Amino acid sequence: MCGIVGLFLKDPKLEPALGALLAGMLFPLSERGPDSTGFAVYGNSRDGHSKLTLRGPVGTDFGALAAQITNRLGDVVPVVRRDTHAVVSVPNGQVNEARKILSTIAPEITIVGTGRRMELYKEVGLPSEVANRFELAGMAGTHAIGHTRMATESAVTIDGAHPYSTAPDQCLVHNGSLSNHNSVRRELIRDGITFSTENDTEVAAGYLTWRLRHGMDLNTALQATLKDLDGFYTFVVGTESGFGVLRDPIACKPAVMVETESYVAFGTEYRALVDLPDVEHGRVFEPEPAKVYFWELRH
Amino acid sequence: MTAQANIPPIPPRLSATFDQSTLAEIRRAAATGIYDIRGAGAKRKLPHFDDLLFLGASISRYPLEGYREKCGTDVILGGRHARKPIRIKIPITITGMSFGSLSAQAKEALGRGASIVGTSTTTGDGGMTQEERGHSSLLVYQYLPSRYGMNPDDIRKADAIEVVVGQGAKPGGGGMLLGQKISARVAAMRVLPEGIDQRSACRHPDWTGPDDLEIKIHELREITDWEKPIYVKVGASRPYYDVALAVKAGADVVVVDGMQGGTAATQEVFIEHVGIPTLAAIRPAVQALQDLGMHRKVQLIISGGIRNGADVAKALALGADAVSIGTAAIAALGDNDPIYEAEYQALGTFAGAYDDWQDGRDPAGITTQDPALAARLDPVLGGRRLANYLSVLTLEAQTIARACGKSHVHNLEPEDLVALTVEAAAMAQVPLAGTNWIPGKRES
Amino acid sequence: MTASVNARLFDLERESLRDLNAALHRIGPQATGHWRVLNPKGRHSVAVGLDANVTVEIEGHVGYYCAGMNKSATIIVHGNAGVGVAENMMSGMVHVKGDASQSAGATANGGLLVIDGSAAARCGISLKGADIVVKGSIGHMSAFMAQAGMLAVLGDTGEALGDSIYEARLFVRGKVGSLGSDCVEKKMRDQHRGALHALLKTAGVAGDVDVSDFRRYGSARQLYHFHVDNASAY
Repeated sequence: MCGIVGLFLKDPKLEPALGALLAGMLFPLSERGPDSTGFAVYGNSRDGHSKLTLRGPVGTDFGALAAQITNRLGDVVPVVRRDTHAVVSVPNGQVNEARKILSTIAPEITIVGTGRRMELYKEVGLPSEVANRFELAGMAGTHAIGHTRMATESAVTIDGAHPYSTAPDQCLVHNGSLSNHNSVRRELIRDGITFSTENDTEVAAGYLTWRLRHGMDLNTALQATLKDLDGFYTFVVGTESGFGVLRDPIACKPAVMVETESYVAFGTEYRALVDLPDVEHGRVFEPEPAKVYFWELRH
Repeated sequence: MTAQANIPPIPPRLSATFDQSTLAEIRRAAATGIYDIRGAGAKRKLPHFDDLLFLGASISRYPLEGYREKCGTDVILGGRHARKPIRIKIPITITGMSFGSLSAQAKEALGRGASIVGTSTTTGDGGMTQEERGHSSLLVYQYLPSRYGMNPDDIRKADAIEVVVGQGAKPGGGGMLLGQKISARVAAMRVLPEGIDQRSACRHPDWTGPDDLEIKIHELREITDWEKPIYVKVGASRPYYDVALAVKAGADVVVVDGMQGGTAATQEVFIEHVGIPTLAAIRPAVQALQDLGMHRKVQLIISGGIRNGADVAKALALGADAVSIGTAAIAALGDNDPIYEAEYQALGTFAGAYDDWQDGRDPAGITTQDPALAARLDPVLGGRRLANYLSVLTLEAQTIARACGKSHVHNLEPEDLVALTVEAAAMAQVPLAGTNWIPGKRES
Repeated sequence: MTASVNARLFDLERESLRDLNAALHRIGPQATGHWRVLNPKGRHSVAVGLDANVTVEIEGHVGYYCAGMNKSATIIVHGNAGVGVAENMMSGMVHVKGDASQSAGATANGGLLVIDGSAAARCGISLKGADIVVKGSIGHMSAFMAQAGMLAVLGDTGEALGDSIYEARLFVRGKVGSLGSDCVEKKMRDQHRGALHALLKTAGVAGDVDVSDFRRYGSARQLYHFHVDNASAY
């Protein structure tokens, strides 16, 4: 059980404030999600390059790591460190190579997410602590999703935290409780999807990854969850160009949205939205059950 | 026809799978097209407290003198957040049973008996009656999915509030009361037409999940100005997670009810095949509290098949703060008493086996709304009987605790116990008697 | 105790929710008064458990359970309300000027809940005698297991209206998404038009709509006694 937030900016003037606004949305959801916090921010990209968000044990020398990758790839790999995480940038064609290098020289490092624009951060702790550690308030971008977690049937560990990455530039957060995830997990494992927790959300993320790998587009894949996943869920999915929302047909878990001229925002409770600019004049509405919603940037 | 005199007879054999009960149930289902509904808890043999034994004092441990050296039994419930925690003098409470499932006289008897010994009773799925509040010195008010009879005046009159997520007989199910027990008074309290079969919701109408339970508990605290302890009750299913989540949602007390826990009425298959035994639920529930650093700060009440002082002592030794009784309480009032044997036979059963409590034809006058039958139970006498029984439970638990060298029943611990069977050892996480072996526990 | 007039302004940016509710609870049952609450900012449990003839106006959006278990008070929300507004209300009036989230008026026993905008799923779930008027539309599973009281909707309803309904009466002017188990359309007679008109009048919309535009829905009463032929409905 948890709190979810999502923010999609229509007005480019708000982009520098994306991180600060997202932080403000996460804090009110601390009680319903005291165990861990995570978020994905879609910011700048570098032509022809992908970002890898890495997570390592406390004290990891990310600078040295980046230097080693630079040596092996032959291209300078810039790195930006934030607490236990770091983002390295590699040419698109060398992402797999970079993965291999990391698993060889630094197996204790986890690649939390990859993408042209997506950076993904998550840690055990309250939203205010975690946001400060990662300096979320200083991050900029066009859209972001976030999550505060109350662990239900799995342990409070970093691996259990959301968002879960499902594909490059894609990730998932979830509020609710699936009821057939163990069976779905077994099927997905047979088809080559790997899991590191007993978490139901990880299964939903794996399911989407699997569908996408087999050529389905995200919209159709989300529709398919209505048939294949059982239980109660509100999903918010981040993609390179925007975010999507889906509630299960029973729709017991709450979900509120607000739209103004400048942004579209999602929160599990209205309290998460109260400090957004001009929210009093926004259109407040609740997503309907069993309906896939999408907001995307128009290029 | 050739002579068959030399062929030895093969005695007829009953199948263990298709035994008489099973065959009878199949015929009943074929005749009616509806599931079997009955009262009481799981009747089949299950690993239970009888499979555990206490290690009394000998040379390495010393006992307390009976009757002179004090063995405390009081419990404070609700200290975590409530401005007015409640103090019960014995570690046994009376669990929720509705007016509707029980007669008014039975509810009054329960209140009288509990008050005599200084413990609490609990309302049920039907609201609070005036008699109940009047006769019970400590009354816990249940807050259920149906919300029958729920109102703020009664909440303010209660000593504690118990948010019921489920009960041991039917985790995941809601209340059930059939038309024959929906009398005029019951119907009025529940806002239902008289004589219909009541359907009940299994989820609360305005919250689902521990994150929203937290907000609901907060609302109940705000309505009552943070005075009253808030309990959360669950049927034993995934007790480790459920207790942890109840704590995270803000509960002051958690109640875990095992599958032996009774009900007034539900489907037989629900009672016998959903939920886990009480013995299997206690250690995970306690572990959850310990992992959160909340053992003894959030109290744990265990129910489901508590019958004697040994059961009480064993539940406490495994880490519970108190226990709750239902089936045993009404047995103390006279439920299934052989003095009514002729009437039980007329109902097609016999004393000890009667469980069609949903029919409302209880000869003992307890699980009925029929005025003539209900009049058979004298509430004052019934109260006395219950008080006697509760006193015996307490004395028995104290006897055991003293023999283990404890000056308070809460000082009983798992290391005072051993198990007779592998299942009980694994469930209770105590060693098999005479060995060091706890199944499933890695040697450290 | 003599009646006294209370007029108070409470700013939730400066004073706590606990102080607000505590102060409201201290008002005696004989008192009257007019309170204004500023900056609710989506907070939960605002003005819950009131038992007094006062009016409380809340300027802004509220979170869950606003006016929960209300008795006698008139509570006006100048904004939207979260989950469970006026849940278990016993008497009095709650008026939401904006929209209401799920389970609006859940299990309410008496009094009147008026929603100027729309309500989400489970409006009037487990209704036990209160009246609800929604000028907009309502979501799915509304009036689920509704036992008594009236629900009038000027707009549309979602799926499964009145599923497993007992004796509550439903009036819908717009489209019904679908009917729930044991909920059927019933004939509108003069007595129903009269009751509906009186209800709409208390909500202040009697002049805006014609009661003849409404259809009436209620229990078919087929589920009142367990029967194998109804198994698919359970």
